[in-house]
Amino acid sequence: MRVLVWLTEAGWEACVDAARRLAATDVTLISVASDEVVGAERGALAGLLGRHPRPHVEERIERLSAEAAEALLEAAGGRFGREARRVLARGRVEHLVTGAARDADLLVAARSTRHMGPKSIRHPERFVVDHAPCALLLVWPGGGPDREPPHKPH
Amino acid sequence: MSEALALLALAAALAAAVVRDRRAPEAVVALGAAAVLLLAGAISWHDAVAEARALGPTIAVLAALLVLGDGCERAGLFEALAARMAARAQGSATRMLGLVFAAACAVTAVLGLDATVVLLTPAVFAAVARARLPGRPHVYACTHLANSASLLLPVSNLTNLLAVRAAGLSFTRFAVLMVLPWAVAVGVEWVALRRMFASELAVGREVPPDDPGGLPRAPLYVLAGTLAGFVLAGALRIDAAWPAAAGALAMLAVQRPSPRRFLSAIDLPLLGFVLGLGVIVKAVADHGLGDVVASVLPSGAGVLALVGAALVAALAANLLNNVPALLVLLPAAVAAGPATVLAVLIGVNAGPNLTYTGSLATLLWRRVLRAHGAEPPLREFLKLGAVTVPPILIGATVALWLAVQVT
Repeated sequence: MRVLVWLTEAGWEACVDAARRLAATDVTLISVASDEVVGAERGALAGLLGRHPRPHVEERIERLSAEAAEALLEAAGGRFGREARRVLARGRVEHLVTGAARDADLLVAARSTRHMGPKSIRHPERFVVDHAPCALLLVWPGGGPDREPPHKPH
Repeated sequence: MSEALALLALAAALAAAVVRDRRAPEAVVALGAAAVLLLAGAISWHDAVAEARALGPTIAVLAALLVLGDGCERAGLFEALAARMAARAQGSATRMLGLVFAAACAVTAVLGLDATVVLLTPAVFAAVARARLPGRPHVYACTHLANSASLLLPVSNLTNLLAVRAAGLSFTRFAVLMVLPWAVAVGVEWVALRRMFASELAVGREVPPDDPGGLPRAPLYVLAGTLAGFVLAGALRIDAAWPAAAGALAMLAVQRPSPRRFLSAIDLPLLGFVLGLGVIVKAVADHGLGDVVASVLPSGAGVLALVGAALVAALAANLLNNVPALLVLLPAAVAAGPATVLAVLIGVNAGPNLTYTGSLATLLWRRVLRAHGAEPPLREFLKLGAVTVPPILIGATVALWLAVQVT
């Protein structure tokens, strides 16, 4: 079984722990450096009319974003403790993860929050859950939901 | 004929600033276009010189602020501040956001919005990434507050500097009238960011206690002294350019940058661009556009008229960018009174968050440029703009009206 583990800041520990329990041999860890933060900074710089361009500021944010994604991958690899392929991607998170899921039998992903209810899955997790072509193992970040599930009405 | 020429000059200067082509730098285009207007008689030498003299002190304050910001960066102030914030946040993304808000508000207020975008944001992102916290809410907070938190002091935004001089408001009077609108703007941003990024802000992680070290003291003393100088100069009716220059000189004495770094810091092209743009807009205003603006801009001191003025200003800023929009609206606003000038400032300062690039023109141009490349999703930016800007424009302007009534 080919397992893809999507690492996010909120839920990477829970995903790695779930993957470890699966006893799968073909595991890929994926961490994405989002280009959204770079885009936000680029936009703000473009808004400063007449200021001379600051490519080094954009480059710095880009580099930091890649470094953060790499550090996440590194930490996840250490926590997983077994052999796993590591993929570092950059761009639109939801598209890259659903794209990578095409080659997997199972995607391990975390909900966006521990808050129970439909809002526990937000963008970009929502997009991935809705569009991933493979089976999905959805875990709670931080060790579980923040409250007990509601009781069934009698 | 002169009117068409003046409008053409304005269009050329703005297009150059939006396109940012090395072959036609915006400063050269703006100054060149202003020279053409002079030669063609679309503006008289007398008017052009008067406009340049009126802009001179404002440009001096702007240059001084750039030197102060650069000095702080050289001293490592932004890095040290961000590291301290990350340590104080103790692994909580929400606490970090609170600290980022405080830092972005302080930096924007004292050093201006450019410093927040160019100097603070990368430092904050570096610290957030090191603490393994999500970067989006914190970076968005910086870029948004650079605009919306630039309402507090005359030095927080170039638009404020231009307006405060034209309206004859003192440093303290400006701050007293704008503190309430500023608080409303920051409050709206806080609520909106907390709600929009609720999932990312829920992230918390165990972090070992870390000693990030102290902040460099010398640049902070210089900033405090400069700020006190602004207040004092306002009270003594001395031009704000003097304390600004004194502060910049003190920073140069403390930091001793190389001549090259100094030249890069004061950004001569920017100063030239502002000067050229000022002369061009003066010519445009004198040839009929001034009357049009005066008829469009609500001029009453009532709450509805002020909100109307803020909305018109926000619309203009989103079409033209904030500084040109302000220059176009300023004569009519000054004629209407100080309250209208401040309402226009709320519009031109907070309005650009509607399009994350500061204006529709820049946004469209960037879409054209990146039609085949990777452009980050617009959805989030536009959504955040849509939920923050309208309530800020209305809430802050109502707050301004209240402040005017009370003081």
